[in-house]
Amino acid sequence: MANLVVSGIILGSIITLGAVGLTLLYGIVNFGNFAHGDMMTLGAYIALLMTATIFPALGLVDTPIGPLSFGWVMLVSFLPAMGVTGLAAIAADRLVYRRLRERRVRPIMLAIAALAVAFVMRSVIYILWGADFHFYSQGLRTTWKLPLGITLRPDQVVVLVVAWAMVVGLYTFLQRTKTGKALRALADNPDLARVSGIATERMITLTWFIGGAMAAAAGILLGIDSQVRPEMGWLMLLPLFAAVILGGIGNAYGALAGGLILGVVQQVSTAFMSPSYKPAVAFIIMILVLLVRPQGIFGGSKSS
Amino acid sequence: MTENGSGRLLEVADVVSGYGEMEILHGVTLHVDRGEIVSLIGPNGAGKSTVIKTIFGLVPAWSGQVVFDGEPITALPPEQIVRRGISYVPQVENIFPSLTVEENLEMGAYLREDDFRPQMERIYQMFPEIADRRRTPAGKLSGGMRQMVAFGRAMMLEPQMLLLDEPSAGLAPLVVELIFETVVNINRQAGVTILMVEQNARKALEISHRGYVLVDGRNRVEGTGRELLANEEIGRLFLGG
Amino acid sequence: MTGILTFTAGFLAMAGIFAIMSLALNVHWGYTGLFNIGIAGFFAVGAYTSALVTSPMPAGVQAQYVEQAFGLDQPFLVGVLAAGIVSGLVAWIIGFPTLRLREDYLAIATIGISETIRLIFNNARWLANGPQGLVGIKQPLREWLIERGMPPNFYNFFYLVIVILLMVLIYLALERGIRSPWGRVLRAIREDEVVPETVGKDVFRFKMQSLVLGAVIMGIGGALYAHFARAIQPSVFTPLFGTFVVWVMLILGGSGNNKGAILGAFIVWAIWSGSAYLIRQVVPVEFSAQAPYIRLLLIGLLLLFILLTRPQGLLGEEKEVSRLT
Ligand SMILES: Nc1ncnc2c1ncn2[C@@H]1O[C@H](COP(=O)(O)OP(=O)(O)OP(=O)(O)O)[C@@H](O)[C@H]1O
Ligand SMILES: [Mg+2]
Repeated sequence: MANLVVSGIILGSIITLGAVGLTLLYGIVNFGNFAHGDMMTLGAYIALLMTATIFPALGLVDTPIGPLSFGWVMLVSFLPAMGVTGLAAIAADRLVYRRLRERRVRPIMLAIAALAVAFVMRSVIYILWGADFHFYSQGLRTTWKLPLGITLRPDQVVVLVVAWAMVVGLYTFLQRTKTGKALRALADNPDLARVSGIATERMITLTWFIGGAMAAAAGILLGIDSQVRPEMGWLMLLPLFAAVILGGIGNAYGALAGGLILGVVQQVSTAFMSPSYKPAVAFIIMILVLLVRPQGIFGGSKSS
Repeated sequence: MTENGSGRLLEVADVVSGYGEMEILHGVTLHVDRGEIVSLIGPNGAGKSTVIKTIFGLVPAWSGQVVFDGEPITALPPEQIVRRGISYVPQVENIFPSLTVEENLEMGAYLREDDFRPQMERIYQMFPEIADRRRTPAGKLSGGMRQMVAFGRAMMLEPQMLLLDEPSAGLAPLVVELIFETVVNINRQAGVTILMVEQNARKALEISHRGYVLVDGRNRVEGTGRELLANEEIGRLFLGG
Repeated sequence: MTGILTFTAGFLAMAGIFAIMSLALNVHWGYTGLFNIGIAGFFAVGAYTSALVTSPMPAGVQAQYVEQAFGLDQPFLVGVLAAGIVSGLVAWIIGFPTLRLREDYLAIATIGISETIRLIFNNARWLANGPQGLVGIKQPLREWLIERGMPPNFYNFFYLVIVILLMVLIYLALERGIRSPWGRVLRAIREDEVVPETVGKDVFRFKMQSLVLGAVIMGIGGALYAHFARAIQPSVFTPLFGTFVVWVMLILGGSGNNKGAILGAFIVWAIWSGSAYLIRQVVPVEFSAQAPYIRLLLIGLLLLFILLTRPQGLLGEEKEVSRLT
């Protein structure tokens, strides 16, 4: 059980990383980004492209650091993967969402468009990489046996550290910098933000970049923790949304707690039922929250 | 434009505007001189908020002109207009509820590149109540204090002019007094010119230099605060007898 | 020649089944504004329910490799009816926690229910044979017709008649419903929930009725699919095939227009089937594994293209309908 809690925290950290981006976007663009899971997948595959093709072509072959199954090349690959996915998110905004926004359609129409973007992204991934599973490295996956029956792979420690470094980084940005505060202001009250001189479109572009980059990082970490495959992100969509709803839509702190709770509950549930039911567990938690406290456990500001 | 701070600051000439296909303002003409408090009163739905929003570029003018400080601002978006020295306090939802009081003020200073601390301190001196709650989310404050935060946010840019949309709406009588005092203070001490929409017409006219009565998207009567207060018809219609 | 004809009959029958799904989505989205992106779930529930209700319990050798929770061996129409009822019930269950909340909660809940349903059918082997699914699903009057001398490959024509009949029936019923006072309330809710609420309409009840009605029709569509395909597996009812394609159909045809819903279904199904053929011709053999995804890409781009250039779809909402509100 302790082991499941630990692996739940690791999964939960990955969910959190995706969910904070999703909830941030929710607050700023005001619709559910159903392409968020597939942005995770895109990031994971771009990192795969870097580690498996581009860096080796440049003569840089990854050699594992210490007990890890990967080395510096993998870590450096985060940057291009996050950058490209962030730019892809901005491109989707420019080509699709912004045009719809300018036409003042209802936000829910943008959600439909996001669904279409999700399918387009995934089909491109299928076409370029095929349906097979991939691993980032052929390196040996060492396992540490800890007290209380906990098993931990050194890779997972990196997953944890990277996820939390990014989450903390994002929070610091939102809390301390002028731009971060302006983002929160925009999510809070878009009209007043505009009246205060905050350039809405620039902020939206920035949010897409952050959301895309964080999703990419979450996707890579998921790939490190398990494997890279085209459906990986789509299967995370439900836990991501469940975490966002649990924390209250638009509430970045809520998403953090929501992500961890979901990760742990999903993993612990595998003690009682088949692991393939994990997305269903996320769904049940979400329904329970909607029944009991629809504004989220941490009280979203905009649940009406 | 005159050099020494007197003369026209805002001029609205024959402005027509509305929402979608629906014309709400059918030709509004008014002006505000430097240093004045001008009130805009009228029945519900007359289009008072629409006048303010059109001046501030939130609702595009279909025809007519808005001139501020000698320059036309009719076609400018709000983010440009605010740079020219006009701040706007909306009728409702005029704070960032999840941001702290201090962050609300910082957002008011978003366009400032220079040090805005002195101005922030002046605002805290003006509103000691909110100074004690700098770290409280503004949404958790009472109605009166929220209104102070809203004023404070708008004042952070040290504007030449404030557009206030029903600053006293929905507040307790004591707080209403305080808000009107504040308006006078901002006008006298900070030298800010004020155009204010008010339901509380009698009180508003008492502190105003001049006033306009807006009915059905047209301004019908204009006069000094005293004149309008003394006008029997207006008294009957808008000032509650 | 007959080959082409039976192919055409099969093509039209599938298009007709999708037209029923698209009409059902039009009840949800086109007329009420309910954002259901879990159509695949209702599709699957309908298909499996009818299959289980109409099949006998596996016996003898078959029982060793086919597991199912029950097998009632009932006639086709009982199966279709049961499919509608069970699917409607599922809708009621998820409508309950979500319909009072902001509109995207329903969307997420419907994704959730459809994924959960797929997982259940995939993992719970005792229920409907897990990933292998059910095969040999009965077709109405098939034996009876063949005994009377109909060549077996003509059966598709007969089934096509059943599908078209049901489609027309559903179309006529919806057209009536949507022009009734009830339909006007739905459309008022779609435009703005506050207005019907202020005139004393129980918005939640109307939304629930719409959600359940659409789901019942989706269940019926699922049943028709099961008896047409004769074999169903969980892998059929993916978000792509079960949900996304139906959305493209409705948006292309014109949401808020039942004729558009049908037209969109036939056009998109033609593109879908035709592009499979074309892509096979164009794409080199070594990339044949990629071919289905090229089709997915095309459908995704098509939806974006419609949303950006002609969001009202080919037909758009019927004027005389919207004027009534
Ligand atoms: N965003 C909008 N879209 C459409 N119509 C609007 C909008 N805002 C206001 N209106 C309409 O414009 C008219 C004038 O509204 P406005 O808010 O300017 O009136 P007001 O004089 O400020 O009234 P109040 O005293 O209630 O604040 C009203 O009939 C109102 O219904
Ligand atoms: Mg008003």
